[in-house]
Order: sequence, then structure tokens, then C-alpha cells
Amino acid sequence: MVLGRHGTFVLQVNPILCDGFGHCAELAPDLVRLDEWGYPIIETTPLSLQDKGALESAKYAERGCPRQALRIRRKLD
Amino acid sequence: MINVRSLPRLLAWSEGPPTSLARHQALFGTSFRPQPLNELQQSGLLGRGGAGFETFRKVELLRAQRATHKLMVVNAMEGEPASRKDFKLLTQNPHLVLDGAEQLAAMIGADRVVVCVARDNARAASAMNQAIHERQRLSLRGPDISLQTPPGRYVAGEESALIHWLNDNEALPQFRPERPSILRIRRHPVLLDNAETCANVGLITRYGADWFRSLGTAAHPGSTLVSLSGAIDAPKVMEVAVGTPLRDILAAGRAEAAPQALLLGGYGGTFVGPDALDAPYSNDGLRPFGATVGAGIIVVLPKNHCGLLETYRVVRWMAHESARQCGPCAFGLPAMADDLSLIVRGGAPAREALARLQRRTGEIEGHGACRHPDGVVRFVRTALQVLAADLDQHLHVGPCAHLGNTPLFIVPALEQEESLEWS
Repeated sequence: MVLGRHGTFVLQVNPILCDGFGHCAELAPDLVRLDEWGYPIIETTPLSLQDKGALESAKYAERGCPRQALRIRRKLD
Repeated sequence: MINVRSLPRLLAWSEGPPTSLARHQALFGTSFRPQPLNELQQSGLLGRGGAGFETFRKVELLRAQRATHKLMVVNAMEGEPASRKDFKLLTQNPHLVLDGAEQLAAMIGADRVVVCVARDNARAASAMNQAIHERQRLSLRGPDISLQTPPGRYVAGEESALIHWLNDNEALPQFRPERPSILRIRRHPVLLDNAETCANVGLITRYGADWFRSLGTAAHPGSTLVSLSGAIDAPKVMEVAVGTPLRDILAAGRAEAAPQALLLGGYGGTFVGPDALDAPYSNDGLRPFGATVGAGIIVVLPKNHCGLLETYRVVRWMAHESARQCGPCAFGLPAMADDLSLIVRGGAPAREALARLQRRTGEIEGHGACRHPDGVVRFVRTALQVLAADLDQHLHVGPCAHLGNTPLFIVPALEQEESLEWS
């Protein structure tokens, strides 16, 4: 049996709040890359909540954003 | 009385000064259908502001809201420089717009109607103001109607920006991750519809859904207003049945019959080539060409004009009109305009600029809070596709011979960034 919740998540940025500090790309390099002006381009395909590594780095990015512009949106099955 | 079987419908008897209430009632009648909501549902009216969402479904969404107060907002901001349809409606048949707004307000149980007209559009604002006062003098029934004049920025007419202005006096778009979301003023739910949509509702609730559907296509019924400009003697607004072939619309407007390309929808819209001339002017008919009717704008690009130059001018203005809230839009759109200016000048720098531009369009699309950057990306992408021959000339030979001709696309003068009004 698999532990943890079943479902998917995406990391989402509020582009109005975002000021392009770029911490997210360092904290979650597998999910976020930066465009040429330093604003995040985030993986948009939903990832499984079972993917602990990705979820963990998404949480780092969410907490590490100085503008608190990032949110993890979960969709449970 | 209005002849219910032919065009014009929305622009009936629209010559000279704005139609007075007495004359309006004599022309269109004062009796409405007993079940307006049913008629609206049967009519299948699609919103005329650009998105083409079914009006009845929006009304249903608002009817389901429990609230002590609701509002009906009429969007006549008309931020598209090439659009004149709302201006035409407001300065000719303002009461038809107000009829529709009152009917929609009654359907959702709203006690207030707010009409929004851009501040710099003084003639439309004063015509609407007069119409509102005329109504309030003559009748005590119906919702309270007021006029608001937000600043005339391109993005100020975007629905979340308009609601934000009514709430907080800032015409800035908002980030709305969940859609469809209910717009609110304070805590009160808001139904927001384009002025032409309201005018159509004013007719549907009078003459019924069957009458409305006697023109147009099954999926996109009725008639619609078209702002025609570009290679034409003078820009004009025409009312056409939805589904009329583009070729016939150009002929009726006495525009260039064999154009190089057409811009459909607006400055966030789609270029189509001459192969689309026989397509029906409806959302379903234009789908194969990746286009929609949008806000009813058709700009005709003739063969002796440089479409890339026009594209550059429009993108530079659109970049200037960005609210500069989101990085990808604030920095990306000016960068796209710079790339386009290099492409217009031609040569080796143009080839580099094209590669850069194509990468940038991918990075900018979908990364703003509103759809402003997405519109510009669509505009640029389809321009590069449809104007491929001219693009090839610029890249490999040099600037085309048409650069010296007076540009045709209506682009307002750029204001100083500091003097842009947002509140």
C-alpha cells in the first residue's frame, strides 16, 4: 500500500506579486526555470502528490518566495 | 415600428443625434416578452465583447448567487483603437443598450446598473448621460442607473480591471487563478456585459428568440456590429448577419476587395490570409483559420503596405499600454517590439531578431495575470505566418518597397509613461 494522499499538484505563481527575485528557481530547479528577465516559468503539467521529491522542492519554493507569490494547488482524487 | 425581418436591427434609425426615449419607444415598442429569461436561453446569444461566452450561462451563474444586492455593469470602454461599435451604439441608440441592461438586471435581481464609458470618449459619455437622465425623469420603475468614466487605457476594459476600478479606483487587471470566477463590487456579485450584448438583449426580450435566430448561424446566431478600417475610404461601423462571408462584408463596406491579409478580432486578434475571404464571419466559420469574431474588428491590409511595419507599430503601442504589473508583460512586450523593429529593417540582424522573437513569444504567453500579453503573442505569431512572403523578403533581401507608404492601422500616439492615467 502506498502512503500519503492521492492526487496531483501544480506550483502556481501570482505574476502581479512576483518581482523576479528568482529564489524559486534555486529552491525548485526541477520545477522552475527563469526567463531572460528573471521571472519564473513553471512546469504546468500536474505532478503526482506521491512524487515526494518534487512536492518537497515545491514547498521550499513556496516558503522561500520573498513576495509570497507562489502557491501549491493540490487536486485530490 | 421596426421592420423585424431585415437589417439593421441594432442600428435601426440611427442617424443624426442620439435617439430620445420617446422616439426610441415609438420605434422599438414598449412591450417585452413575458418570459425574458427563456427567450435569452433560446436565443443562444454569445457575448459581443470579444470572448464570445454565452450570455445566458453568465446570467445563470449570477442567478445562483445569494446576495442582498447585485449589480449589472455595462462595459462600453472600447479600448481597441480600431473599434467604434460601442461609440456608435451609445451615440445612436443609447436606450437600446439601457433596455438590455435593465432586462439583464431584472433577470439576476440586480438593483443597480452601472454604465462604464472611457473618460476620453466624451461624446459617448454625454449621450449616455443624457439617456440615463431622460429615463430617470420619465419613470420611477426599474433599477438605479449611473454612469462611470474610468481612464481610457487598453486594459482598463478588461473585466477584472474594470471591476477593480469601480472598487478601488485603479484600472489594473487582477490575478484570477480560478475561472469562471464571480466578479464582485464590495461584496456584491456583478454581471458584466458588453454594450452590444446588452443592446441585443434589448431586442431579444422584445421580439423573441426565434426572431433573433432568423439571422446568423445555429452556433452563433443574430447580427453583429463590425468596425471596418484599413484599406477603405473611411473607417465605418456596419451591422451584418453573423455568418456573412468576409468577401461580402468587404464589398458592402467598399473596402479593398483583394487584400494581402485581414486582421480579425482586434489588436490581440488574428491575421488571416486571402484564403479566408470566403469563410463565414462567425466563430464556427473562422475556427479553421484559428480566428474568432472577437470584438468585431476587421482591419484590411492591402497588398501595397508592409504588414510587418503595421505589426511593429501595433505591438509597440500594446507594449506601452501594458499595466506593467507582471514582469513577462512589462519587459517582454517592449522586447518583442524591439525585435519587430529589427525585422522591419531587414538583413542579418533581422534573422537573429526573428529567432529571438519566436523564443520570446513562447516564454511570454500565459505568464501574465490577464490575457493582454497572450493577445499580443497571438497577433505577432499569426502576423509572421500570414505575412510569410513579406517576412522572407525582409530577412533575405532587405526592407520591402512599401515601407514609405502611410501606415493604415489606427494606433494612438504614445503618451509619456509618467502621464499615463490609471485612476
